[in-house]
Amino acid sequence: MPPSRLSPARSVVLSVVFIAAIIAGAAAAFAYTAGAFSPKRLTPNRMVDAFRSPSGVPLGHRRNHAKGICFTGVFEANGAGSEVSKAEVFPRGRYPALGRFNLGTPDPNAPDATVRVRGMGLQISTPDGQEWRTAMIDPPVFPVSTPQAFYELLLASSSKDPDAMKTFASAHPEIAGFGEWAKSAPWTSSYAQDRFNGLNAFIFVDNSGAEHAVRWSLLPAAQVVPVSQEELAKRGPDFLEQEIADRVRSGPARWTMVVTIANPGDPTADPSKAWPADRRTIKVGTLIVQQIEAERDGPCRDTNFDPTVLPTGIQTSDDPFPAARSSAYAKSYDRRTAEASDYPRSATVAKP
Amino acid sequence: MIESHRRFTPLQRLLHWLIAVCVLMMLFIGVGMVSTVKPKYLPLVTIHKSLGITILVLALIRLAVRLRYGAPPLPADMPEPMKLAAYLSHYALYVLMIGMPLIGWAMLSAAAYPIVLVGGLRLPPILPQSDRLHALLWDAHFFLAFAFFALILMHVAAALFHALVRRDGVFETMASVSTREEVAPAE
Ligand code: HEM
Ligand code: HEM
Ligand code: HEM
Repeated sequence: MPPSRLSPARSVVLSVVFIAAIIAGAAAAFAYTAGAFSPKRLTPNRMVDAFRSPSGVPLGHRRNHAKGICFTGVFEANGAGSEVSKAEVFPRGRYPALGRFNLGTPDPNAPDATVRVRGMGLQISTPDGQEWRTAMIDPPVFPVSTPQAFYELLLASSSKDPDAMKTFASAHPEIAGFGEWAKSAPWTSSYAQDRFNGLNAFIFVDNSGAEHAVRWSLLPAAQVVPVSQEELAKRGPDFLEQEIADRVRSGPARWTMVVTIANPGDPTADPSKAWPADRRTIKVGTLIVQQIEAERDGPCRDTNFDPTVLPTGIQTSDDPFPAARSSAYAKSYDRRTAEASDYPRSATVAKP
Repeated sequence: MIESHRRFTPLQRLLHWLIAVCVLMMLFIGVGMVSTVKPKYLPLVTIHKSLGITILVLALIRLAVRLRYGAPPLPADMPEPMKLAAYLSHYALYVLMIGMPLIGWAMLSAAAYPIVLVGGLRLPPILPQSDRLHALLWDAHFFLAFAFFALILMHVAAALFHALVRRDGVFETMASVSTREEVAPAE
């Protein structure tokens, strides 16, 4: 047996203090990294908390774009996209598509005519098991230039201060472009008549390895029939969902996917700035929506249309939004899946 | 019993320190990435997934090596409760080294996220999509991460206690630079 070689008392105390200091230092560094000492750091949690629904926290639902309906169909690529991206969704062919029409509101019960922004979540699967997910909206520009500004916009729009929005707009003049659209763009009475824009810039990588900065949009095949907001309100709070379900039951709805290629120097990091209208565009294929399903039991419910889920051949750019969106969408997804019992599938409800 | 070795084998020591560095990085990257919305979020998540799977592979190798070569005996004069604490905490560390990456992988599978690692490497899902499983695994990954960190702090404190206070040669069984061979042979 070795003799116990305990050191003299003084050096024991020193050693113990030293060990305690190391442990405390490590714990403090950990807490610092986690943001415990940075109450102002914009975290995904704070971002998601900033979406306030007038009807309270929408348990089990998305924290934004909370009202929506699922669709499935195919993306029919015409082959033209292969010139600019080697992604396996562009060679001529048909690729399974899953998506969600939605309203840009944190309130899952908002009447359709009260929501100006509409969106589409879309996932296209490649034959080799990759996915392209994107979430697009109908305005031609985003209201703000940065995720931080978006957070401030959320705070301002739910603020009790009557001047909050004015103050925000004077600090963020870029919101004028979006405001112009919101005031003047026609309302429609069908998702099938809406154009959905990706707004964020991504990088397409072609077969030679060359990179192209792009944005994409889905242009409706259906004729746009403008309708006033009052008229839409009269048709009922959930008219859009009934309409798209009826429409697709009698035949598929279509959108043309158009990719816009940036010129060198075009702003790729700021979705509030449109690119000049003369930029080269490529029609890469058609989204064909074949079936509509209610969100509760539909395949889109538990899908996170995280815009950074991309196939080989598509990458994020210097646009700061996709990363911020990915972090916030994951947080929203974490919360809503943890609340699944508040929004159960109807089969679960029916079970005794 | 014949000649009980006094140190972990060089391979065990290499794996211990390699994994120690990786796990500490993982914990910091984990809490760092979930508290930012900045562009670095995306590379951090990719590194987190890739390094986590690397740890899984290293830990499985380490487990096999451990089962093959065993461990040097703890000093005979160590109090029994202290020995028990050492055994149990090492057991828990092995469980977490292997369990945490599996939970992370399973959590992403249950959410139907494609699991893409550094260099575009793709992992298959190990669970079907399920909101409930995702929520369960998320909780497990979250709480076990903090338990892991706490356990590592205790482990480091204990290692330093052996090195600085007890000076009983336990630290040297793992510290690779040591040339001390003066630990008494096991009886
Ligand atoms: C930093 C800025 C943004 C934040 C924090 C944010 C936040 C969110 C959140 C929390 C959700 C719910 C996600 C889920 O639970 O699955 C969501 C959904 C959505 N967002 Fe964003 N968003 C941002 C920017 C954008 C932009 C730029 C667009 C359009 C180009 C957009 C379009 C959509 C759409 C269409 C959905 C619904 C997707 C679906 O059907 O699941 N968002 N957003
Ligand atoms: C030794 C292995 C691992 C350790 C120590 C670890 C640790 C952590 C920590 C500390 C967090 C932050 C928890 C929080 O504060 O919310 C985290 C989050 C996360 N980890 Fe891991 N992790 C490990 C392995 C993995 C693996 C292998 C994967 C996936 C393949 C993974 C995926 C994730 C994801 C996706 C999150 C974010 C969860 C969310 O909030 O949505 N982890 N991890
Ligand atoms: C960074 C500071 C660390 C120090 C100073 C340290 C020190 C030590 C020492 C001295 C031993 C030998 C104990 C004995 O002879 O039984 C040991 C064993 C062990 N350490 Fe660490 N360690 C550290 C980090 C870690 C981390 C992060 C992990 C977890 C992944 C870990 C897991 C283990 C395990 C499982 C054993 C038992 C080995 C076996 O029986 O196979 N250590 N450590």
